[in-house]
Amino acid sequence: MSRMIVRNGRLIDPSRDLDIEAGRASLLIEDGRVAALATDGEAIPEEGAEVVDAEGAWIVPGLVDVHAHLREPGQEYKEDLASGGTAAVAGGFTQVACMANTNPVNDDPSVTKYILDRAEKESPAKIRVIAAATRGLRGEVMTEMMALREAGAIAFSDDGATIMDAGVMRRVLEYSKMADAPVVVHAEDCALRAGGVVNEGPVATRLGLPGNPAAAEEIMVARDVRLASLVGAHLHVAHVSTAGAVHTIRKAREAGLRVTAEVTPHHLTLTDEATEGFDTSTRVAPPLRSAADIESLRAALAEGVIDVIATDHAPHASYEKEVEFTEAPPGMLGLETAVSVSLALVRDGTLSPLEFVRRLSTNGAKVLGLEGGTFREGAPGDVALIDPEREWTYDPAQGFSKSRNSPWAGERFTGRVTATIVDGRLVYHIDRGVLIR
Amino acid sequence: MIGRDILGIEGLSREDIETILETAERMQEIGTREVKKVPTLRGRTQINLFFEPSTRTQTSFEIAGKRLAADVVNFSVSSSSVTKRETLLDTAKTLDAMDPDVVVVRHKVAGVPHRLAEVLEAPVINAGDGAHEHPSQALLDMLTVREEKGHIEGLTVTIVGDIAHSRVARSNIYGFRKLGAEVRVAGPPTMLPAEIEQLGVKAYTNLREAIEGADVVMALRIQMERLEGACFPSVREYAATFGLDRAKLRFAKEDAIVMHPGPVNRGVELAHELADHRPSVILDQVRNGVALRMALLYLVSGRGGPSA
Repeated sequence: MSRMIVRNGRLIDPSRDLDIEAGRASLLIEDGRVAALATDGEAIPEEGAEVVDAEGAWIVPGLVDVHAHLREPGQEYKEDLASGGTAAVAGGFTQVACMANTNPVNDDPSVTKYILDRAEKESPAKIRVIAAATRGLRGEVMTEMMALREAGAIAFSDDGATIMDAGVMRRVLEYSKMADAPVVVHAEDCALRAGGVVNEGPVATRLGLPGNPAAAEEIMVARDVRLASLVGAHLHVAHVSTAGAVHTIRKAREAGLRVTAEVTPHHLTLTDEATEGFDTSTRVAPPLRSAADIESLRAALAEGVIDVIATDHAPHASYEKEVEFTEAPPGMLGLETAVSVSLALVRDGTLSPLEFVRRLSTNGAKVLGLEGGTFREGAPGDVALIDPEREWTYDPAQGFSKSRNSPWAGERFTGRVTATIVDGRLVYHIDRGVLIR
Repeated sequence: MIGRDILGIEGLSREDIETILETAERMQEIGTREVKKVPTLRGRTQINLFFEPSTRTQTSFEIAGKRLAADVVNFSVSSSSVTKRETLLDTAKTLDAMDPDVVVVRHKVAGVPHRLAEVLEAPVINAGDGAHEHPSQALLDMLTVREEKGHIEGLTVTIVGDIAHSRVARSNIYGFRKLGAEVRVAGPPTMLPAEIEQLGVKAYTNLREAIEGADVVMALRIQMERLEGACFPSVREYAATFGLDRAKLRFAKEDAIVMHPGPVNRGVELAHELADHRPSVILDQVRNGVALRMALLYLVSGRGGPSA
């Protein structure tokens, strides 16, 4: 029997609204699962146990990223399941859901199984698979959702290849109910977006770059919410970026619809002004928006109208980004910086530490129907230690991702993940590095 | 103090602009000599790096460099870096290895000269980037207006046409405002970019109101192939609504001048009778373009010593 004790830190478990001051709680993991949580200062017998000292850190359920691009199979020069999974645990994530825009597209059970098999061998983080909603991400014919579910897929999404045909989208949502899995949407009207690469507004006007209006997202969120209401499916809106989309989602939630939503660390902290120097690492989809949008996103996150902080980790090779702004593929890295960037919201009072952890862990597990995000007895022994005061400078070249496309290169952060435990095994420690399984 | 590169008017101060215009005024005389050449940039290498064909601008920069005795090389790249599978950085490093003293860059995407300036040793002059800036065009326009009106402060300048896709419009908005003019823009709403007023201009969709009392009316070239049917229903309707002719020009000041960055779509932006004669000053713009570009080349690469 393997035993691990995590102690001395401030223990936070949003699933039970627990936030226990440092030193009073210890967590016992046996054979990879939570066996006990001592909350009133009592000691758990140490014999035969590996003890992880969390002094100065928060002890939180392993983080869950509901949205990442891990690029395997097909684009291993950008990322693979080993590098992406390692970047994940270095960022505190013990579970990561990867999107279907691989090559071949993950629209077939064989691809889903391939990813899961490879991940089992290569990735220190547990990889969850979001399969395509339509074949080839073409938005025409729905995938074999039951077979994909059987193979291990936990949600369906065409992500960046928005399903423009409302009739197809309706049937995808309708059918997904039988597979009992959410449909994740990158909501954006492609015709309205046209060639837009930055938020339509004064910055786009000044820079002379083609604008992408907030309305392109808002129209599609409204359509998809309406369709989810029509058929009673679970709709998950990826990377919400505009105040208008927040408004629609809030109304949907008030009406009791099964609509969940995520927001990225970059949409919570960067405005379109980050593009002033034409740095292609700031080219993301949806684009960075205005300060007013950020305010609205933060309020929605605090209220719980937005459930989850998700990375939309999107690695691209340097040479792909060292091109004209309009030619650069959209996306930025996220796994290794999500906690450090998002802690700004704890410092400015938007989120309490408990609510912060809920949005990076507990709620992600809930949205995707996964185990985890909790220290309840029997839960997976997944833990992240977050030192909220630790200062460090981010250098993508020193990171674990294969790519370097981050606007935070050289950024001085306060707060960092210091250790990560997956199924009762220490897989990452800030002083010892990655301890691959 | 003018910086190492000339990337846009937005980054120049009023003093910078005046220095450039005064330098250009001194350069004008060289073009009137029998031997149109001075040795100022002898031994210096100027590369015109054009990712987008532009015969006029390229020729103007080439003549400007040659009048200053620079060795001018044209380096034309017709495709984007993605189709070539070469990054902008690769292109920049390749050029740098040839030790140019100044690189003149034109690209159809905004920001490319700025990214190249970050990596090139040589100073960069932006010869037009996407819908962002075209500083040498705006400066030659200011030079022409100053020549015609004696000053810019207090004038009213109306820019007519496709403001959304125009680098000429943006650079002129910055420039004329910095020199104290009132700037108005006019065009169909589909060609006025979001929140253009934040650049300090008044926007009009009624041409008559826009040119009422104007000292300078500048028409922009319409990209008919790309925009007809998208941003305006037909060339005929555009010409009828925003095309300048003598009748419409009556609303401007009596001594108003008409400008156009060229090439003119005759009968579209400008009626024939306006394209060829005063009050249009189009050929003066072209002539001044050479002197102005000589001034830019001199200021960024001719001041001697290592560029800082």
